[in-house]
Amino acid sequence: MKKAERVALYGTGKDYWKRLWNDIRGSYWLYLMMIPGIIYFVVFKYLPMWGVVIAFENYSPFAGIFGSQWVGLKWFKFFFSNKMWTRYLSNTLILSFMNLALYFPAPIILALMLNEMRHLRYKKLMQTLLYVPHFISIVIVVSITYVIFGSDGIVYKLTAALTGTEVKYLSDPGIFRWMIIGQTIWKETGWGTIIFLAALTSVDTELYEAAMVDGANRWQRLWHITLPAIRSTIVLMLVLRMGSVLDTGHEHLILMSNALNRSVSQTLDVFVYQQGITSGQYSYTTAIGLLKSLVSIILIVTSNKIAHALGESGLY
Amino acid sequence: MSELNNNIVTSEDKDKAIVTEKRVFKDTSNMKISSGPVGQTASLGSRMFDFINYALITLIAFTTILPFIYIVGASFATEYELTVRPMFLWPQDMSLDAYKYVFSSNKLMQGFGNSVFITVVGTIINLFFTVSFAYPLSKKKVRGRNFLLNMVIISMFFSGGMIPGYLLISNWLGMKGSYWSVLIPGAISAYNMMIVKNFFAGLPQELEESAHIDGCNDLMTLIKIVLPLSLPVLATFGLFYAVGHWNSYFSAMIYLSNARDKWPLQVMLREIIITATMNPGDLAMMDPNFQEPPAQSVKMAVIVVSTVPIMCVYPFLQKYFVKGVMVGALKG
Repeated sequence: MKKAERVALYGTGKDYWKRLWNDIRGSYWLYLMMIPGIIYFVVFKYLPMWGVVIAFENYSPFAGIFGSQWVGLKWFKFFFSNKMWTRYLSNTLILSFMNLALYFPAPIILALMLNEMRHLRYKKLMQTLLYVPHFISIVIVVSITYVIFGSDGIVYKLTAALTGTEVKYLSDPGIFRWMIIGQTIWKETGWGTIIFLAALTSVDTELYEAAMVDGANRWQRLWHITLPAIRSTIVLMLVLRMGSVLDTGHEHLILMSNALNRSVSQTLDVFVYQQGITSGQYSYTTAIGLLKSLVSIILIVTSNKIAHALGESGLY
Repeated sequence: MSELNNNIVTSEDKDKAIVTEKRVFKDTSNMKISSGPVGQTASLGSRMFDFINYALITLIAFTTILPFIYIVGASFATEYELTVRPMFLWPQDMSLDAYKYVFSSNKLMQGFGNSVFITVVGTIINLFFTVSFAYPLSKKKVRGRNFLLNMVIISMFFSGGMIPGYLLISNWLGMKGSYWSVLIPGAISAYNMMIVKNFFAGLPQELEESAHIDGCNDLMTLIKIVLPLSLPVLATFGLFYAVGHWNSYFSAMIYLSNARDKWPLQVMLREIIITATMNPGDLAMMDPNFQEPPAQSVKMAVIVVSTVPIMCVYPFLQKYFVKGVMVGALKG
């Protein structure tokens, strides 16, 4: 609001404060109601943002934020001088791009398949079944994996019986990433279709009729009408995904990581959790978290610009 | 005999009817009159497409629920079956021993109780905080509304990261080891609150105005007029929050690590199955005559017990969650 507008609406100086006071007094319950929410957002969302200053300190819980020694960029230099940092970064990026290449298209394809179904009751039944895993806790998903793929598990025994070799699904570093992506696809593909199915409801059915008159077959209709209709949704989801390329879902990875697959399971997130929360290196890991956030902001701004350049509305 | 004849005749009639129907449709399509409903021109390619599509989706849906069927089946299996004939989808001998064992375990029942407690109290806190902040923000006349809305939106995109949040809750607020650490930090989901706010803003203002004229203050208007109109929305977001609480393990794992008596079921599940630091055999004290069920089926039974509550509310979830996601998608 410009100053002139504000003056016109609320008056100046004394008038302004008088009106403000009258407004608040007139509906004081509305203002009282906001207090818990404001306190919540300030304390739990904005205090931690301010708390990233410990990335530039040698933070110790006893000295506190104000008493800890200021060390500038020490922790950032420390991270890059550690030869392992490329491993954490490459673990993160490989997992992220596997996710992008294998999981990201899955809900789109499934949504297109569901959209082609004409028996509505059967479609509804299929959707009901496909949405189930989304509501299951990740702990249960990993537990089921352990019970099925572990050395007492049915899949372990089946592969051993069929191929004669014992595949160590849960500890082999070569299989770890495939297990993670497989779990993600199993858990979230069905649910991920919803946003695309919602976008598909807006397609004008007259387009299909016109295409049929022109002799387009099912594939051509799918390719030239249905897919373009969800193009902007796909781009939006892609922009959002780019912003979280460095997030690997630590709640999931922590459950699947163990001593044997550490060489591939340690992504930046997992490293922050292990060194920060388990080992108490608060300043060091806050610095890594801050780096991650900066990269994410750059990525999301860049990919949004690319989306605009492609003629899409993007995220903002 | 006559019945049989009748049948033959009717089926022939049906065929004829279908044939004529097809012919009629074919004629019109040749004449390029505007087309009927999509899909009546079922060419061979189109029918193949449908067949493969239906078969694939059915297969995918079956794969999705197959692990659950197996887990439920195996939780009833006996030791003999698990060792001698392990490749089954559903066991031949059924035994309830694993469940008897799970339900006689004080530790697991305590975990179940903790999960229920956290879910119920947590959801009440969520709804209280969400509604009490969303309602004033839905009123255009509230001063500072835009500032507060921006504050909420910015918090959706930026955060201090894992460690400052952890330090805030465990060191600065001293919540570590108490239930507050899992109940309060997620009290408002900014995304959910924005949707509730939009819903409140869309309610007819006349009702609230008439309540004001009748002498209701804003609090009474909210309780007597607005909330009864918002029951479906409250149910939706109550379920959103409740499922989130039931399924979460991370905050309980890091904040309640030293308070084992407060552990929810998910954290116990992790210890029993994933890190294998808690032995299923230690869970319950059985009388010596009772033969201990196999560890594998005890694990399965624990998984089933911690999944059943979600499955009970799933029908409601599906109905409401889909709507909620749609609302979010449409409002941007």
